[in-house]
Amino acid sequence: MSAVKQHKEPLLRIAKRDGIARSKAYAIRIVAVLLSLVVSGIFIFTVTKLNPLQVYEAMFDGAFGSNRRSWVTIRDAMMLLCIGVGLAPAFKMRFWNVGAEGQVLLGGIVTAGIMLTFGSALPTPALLVVMAAASLLAGCVWGVIPAIFKAVWNTNETLFTLMMNYVAIQLTSYCVALWENPFGSNTVGVINQQTKAGWFPAVFAQAYGLNVILVLALTVGMFLYLKYSKQGYEITVVGDSVNTARYAGINVKKVTIRTMAISGAICGLAGFIAVAGASRTISTSTAGGRGFTAIIVAWLAQFNTFVMILISLLLVFLQKGSIQIASQFNLNDYASSVITGIILFFILGSEFFINYRVIMRSGKEASK
Amino acid sequence: MTSTQLIQLIQSAIVFGTVILYGALGEILTEKSGNLNLGVPGIMYLGGIAGLAASFFYEFNNPAPSPVVCLVLSFVAAFLAAALGGLLYSFLTITLRANQNVTGLTLTIFGSGVANFFGGSLNTMAGGVGQISVATSSAIYRANIANVSHLGVFGSLFLSYGFMVYLAIALAIAMRWFLGRTRKGLNLRAVGENPATADAAGINVTRNKYLATCIGAGISGLGGLYYTMDYIKGTWANDGTIEALGWLAVALVIFAVWRSVNAIWGSYLFGLLFWMYLYIPGLTRSSQELFKMLPYLVTIAVLIFISLRKKQENQPPASLGLAYFREER
Repeated sequence: MSAVKQHKEPLLRIAKRDGIARSKAYAIRIVAVLLSLVVSGIFIFTVTKLNPLQVYEAMFDGAFGSNRRSWVTIRDAMMLLCIGVGLAPAFKMRFWNVGAEGQVLLGGIVTAGIMLTFGSALPTPALLVVMAAASLLAGCVWGVIPAIFKAVWNTNETLFTLMMNYVAIQLTSYCVALWENPFGSNTVGVINQQTKAGWFPAVFAQAYGLNVILVLALTVGMFLYLKYSKQGYEITVVGDSVNTARYAGINVKKVTIRTMAISGAICGLAGFIAVAGASRTISTSTAGGRGFTAIIVAWLAQFNTFVMILISLLLVFLQKGSIQIASQFNLNDYASSVITGIILFFILGSEFFINYRVIMRSGKEASK
Repeated sequence: MTSTQLIQLIQSAIVFGTVILYGALGEILTEKSGNLNLGVPGIMYLGGIAGLAASFFYEFNNPAPSPVVCLVLSFVAAFLAAALGGLLYSFLTITLRANQNVTGLTLTIFGSGVANFFGGSLNTMAGGVGQISVATSSAIYRANIANVSHLGVFGSLFLSYGFMVYLAIALAIAMRWFLGRTRKGLNLRAVGENPATADAAGINVTRNKYLATCIGAGISGLGGLYYTMDYIKGTWANDGTIEALGWLAVALVIFAVWRSVNAIWGSYLFGLLFWMYLYIPGLTRSSQELFKMLPYLVTIAVLIFISLRKKQENQPPASLGLAYFREER
């Protein structure tokens, strides 16, 4: 008889944590961000031979160095936050809405269209209401199409919404070519430059005050909706287990379509804010990849809209800062994407250490 | 449309199609293991820049570069860099159990950042001026497979491309054979369909997923290499084209219903649809843009069609996008 083969306990093994104190979870995340900054620092140093601390200082200057820069940073963070808030209900339901980019663009197209057509016919407040309503509707339609197919025929929503982005981008290019001004420039130019019809009015003497108010209102509203409303509860149940939801008598199809209508509509509204409240023009870069970045914002915040504020600020800070270091140290401003990528990789990886414990092999346990 | 125009259209369609064919082939292999890697654009970027950078440094430091060394260096560098991107994705999603979609999107951001950063500043860093250019390497990638001047229409339609066009076709057929006819391929598909069953049958799920994702990423990266070396002739442009092509590659995977051989003609069809607008008379600039929607609309139609038909063999791998942890069944 052969001897029973002795299995050694592996050097490292993992076990799921039962739960973790919130403070400890945040400590892990902060350590991850710090580590990522160190790695980014090494990247900056090897590429440029510049002191990374100096570079980070320049980044801070780029994002918050002057009153105007701070407001641009805030404006862009609000934009990202708005899309993230829009994505939160869909993702909480585990509906992979990768189509925010397209939903934002659709909202932007109708806003720009109304601004151009009715700019002289309606007073600005009425115009703003019409544009907001139209952009909500446009984003909603763009989001509901894949939702209906998912609900009825179980069509893969990740791939469907992804494709819808590119249809929307081409639609935007079409509108840009249609509305171009001056002719031959292939851009729409600033709409209603003279009359400023349909532009967001300054609030508290801040050009972007209304953006902040709108988005923060949405942020609070979405937090309450997800946490305290019956519909929010239904979203949670569907997200955790479709079968449980069905057993509990929740109409999964209805919840799927309704939630995507809300998600798409808020993303459409983000397009309205981007056009009427920031760029006053429309181009394929109106969404500018934010629809994808916002997915990361929503996911990392675990759908807590208040945490999203922090994450969108961090990401926009990185972008603005990198553009600054790019011009100051004669680099290329894609450095920001590299640094953003590194930081996100670390945060994504850190989630593992929040959910699991890594146990080293020790003599004591092995003898058990 | 004259016959010369038709030949031109088909030629540009095949060249365009080859870029996304590589991307799609790599992604098919990856998705067959159950990993939905949305980092394809980033991976193609990594492959493109690594191949370009490798031959750039070689050509920059050697006054008389040898074409063979150029070829091997850039090819290996592109494959390895892209596979490293895949390794990063695998480590995060398989070992650290991060969400696949989010990790993939991050990889796209990271890869496009790295590529455009170095693509834009490589020449400046090396002390040169203006655009990066690798004439010798590009020439060997673009060399016709046969001398076609005396072969007429047949020659210009089938034999007028660089070797990577044919390599892609060979790869697609080899992949079909691997996934359908070999034990390793069947094991891999079992992992993508039902990892728990595969695990119980003694298949190493983790190793299969890692290998498929890394090799798949390497293949996708060759698409980026083909793009920089052949499509834009050994230069670099920070215009985001690779990203758009990368998403088209993801679309092609669906269009081909996860079958590598379908991807061959699918990619050429996408190329035709993409370039058709140049050859249709009477299109204004705005309606051209609507025409460029076609590949995506066709993909959506296919996606809807396969979900309506519910034919078993046309479905995505059953555990696509889902993580597998043995202890959480």
